[in-house]
Amino acid sequence: MQQKALPYLLLLPATLFLLVFFVYPFVQIAFLAFTGPDGFTLQHVQTMATHWKFKSALGWTLLLAVVVVPIQLALALSMASIVSRLERGRSTILYIFSIPLGLSDLAAGIIWLAIFEQSGFLNSLLVGLGVIDRPILFLGYQNLWAIFIAVVLAEIWRATAIVMVILVSGMGLIPREYYEAAEVFGAGAWKRFIKITLPLLRPSLQTALILRTILAFEVFAVVAALGGTTMPVLMGETYQWQFALQDRSVAAAYALVILAISIAATLFYLRALRVPKGATI
Amino acid sequence: MTAIAETDAARKVEVRSAGRFLFIAAIVLLCAWVLVPIYLLFVNTLSSPQEVTGFPKTGIPSFDFGSIQFFVNFAGVLWALWNSVLVAVLTMILSIVIGAAAGYALSRFEFPGKGTFRMLVVMTRAFPLPLLALPLAVLFIRTGLDDTALGLAIVHTVLALPFAVLITFSLFSGIPIELEEAAWTLGCNRWQAFRKVVLPLVLPGIVASAVFAFTISWNEVFAAAVLTIQNRTLPAFLVQSLNVSPLHLKFAGGAALVIPALIFIFAVRKYLFAMWGIANR
Repeated sequence: MQQKALPYLLLLPATLFLLVFFVYPFVQIAFLAFTGPDGFTLQHVQTMATHWKFKSALGWTLLLAVVVVPIQLALALSMASIVSRLERGRSTILYIFSIPLGLSDLAAGIIWLAIFEQSGFLNSLLVGLGVIDRPILFLGYQNLWAIFIAVVLAEIWRATAIVMVILVSGMGLIPREYYEAAEVFGAGAWKRFIKITLPLLRPSLQTALILRTILAFEVFAVVAALGGTTMPVLMGETYQWQFALQDRSVAAAYALVILAISIAATLFYLRALRVPKGATI
Repeated sequence: MTAIAETDAARKVEVRSAGRFLFIAAIVLLCAWVLVPIYLLFVNTLSSPQEVTGFPKTGIPSFDFGSIQFFVNFAGVLWALWNSVLVAVLTMILSIVIGAAAGYALSRFEFPGKGTFRMLVVMTRAFPLPLLALPLAVLFIRTGLDDTALGLAIVHTVLALPFAVLITFSLFSGIPIELEEAAWTLGCNRWQAFRKVVLPLVLPGIVASAVFAFTISWNEVFAAAVLTIQNRTLPAFLVQSLNVSPLHLKFAGGAALVIPALIFIFAVRKYLFAMWGIANR
């Protein structure tokens, strides 16, 4: 009797915790967004959608994800391939590559601020090389695209490591014999990558892309550090409504938008990179 | 004939050494891409406030501790640092205690509902978790947990718990059940066998995942900024004062965020890949 109850007793704290602090709050977000003093209302959603910043926040967030994620995937694949081919110094290189994994997104934003601010290192370099005469104000409101590029670079710098680590551990699962067999049949390095690595890496690619895309939709501190509120993003607007404008319901409506695009992206990846049943290594 | 073969072989060697050169160049470039921005942050941190706003920059630190002194003496910074540590330690304890119990149950028992629980844990990954801060802010005000370290630690535990469960699950799965059974036959009860046989074996892994939980909490910005007002953590303090604080405060603050993270990632580097590999299958 006691034997049967033990696993449930052990699982109870974690289950309760997740139900109270994960499932229930997400239901609560919908409540916050759709209820007013007189019950159901679409007013908060309307306030959000008609606010002049909403469209650009949605646009910038999606554009960032669309630009950043593919570059990160390509970069992470190259890093993982390099690491898997290393014989000496593998662990050192891996450690260096994965350093940004442990850094806060705010720290990453501040780090790239040191490079892009007006008296920063990029301007120092450009003036020193004689490319420009006076330092340029990269992060001003006249230079939205410069802010965008700075954010893209900071995001690629910060969050490629997470994709790489998942891919490296995925590559470790692919049996060496496959490569040896391919080599016997005369397949070159590129062909082996396309025909063996990529298809067998599919489960890892799926996880990495889901994780990374959701994190990309959550971009907040990097943008806050580099562009303040000049370049609005969804998470930043959520924070503004919650904190500065003290309107929880509109903030919740924003949260629902982020939730919706996250779920849509997850479903997309689950379908697009479907792993056939029984085809795992 | 032999001459042709010789030049062919020579060309092959040439191609190979050219490839080798490209390979090493790529590694050096990627390492520089990761390390140089961090170096530049430390240059700014180790310069006087005048040098930080000065132009042009040399890229060599003057080892002036003016910026650090300013940062440490700035009102609220030490309190924020203390709060960051407190929240991170609470997160660490909560997620390991709750997570390890669940991980043990998953690894040692077959029981109905196991699949559902795993689903719940894996599902957390498809949700933008920092958004939980919005509804929980309401719940916390009702229960008196608002603006407390425990309240924020609960949100951070939702972020860290899935990792803790999956990592401890695989740690326990790596210990043969026969070891435990042997202890039982020698007169240990279930708890004694766990404490005397299993725990010592998994302890390094548990410590690594605890460090991981600490880092997750230490770095988190959005929920911390939404949920704390008086008792702000360091990331919350920095992000809320972004548009009023001087540059040297930002850079010193960034460095204060980065240094512990660097140490932690270094400390658990051996487990990093195992953890991500496991946590994402």
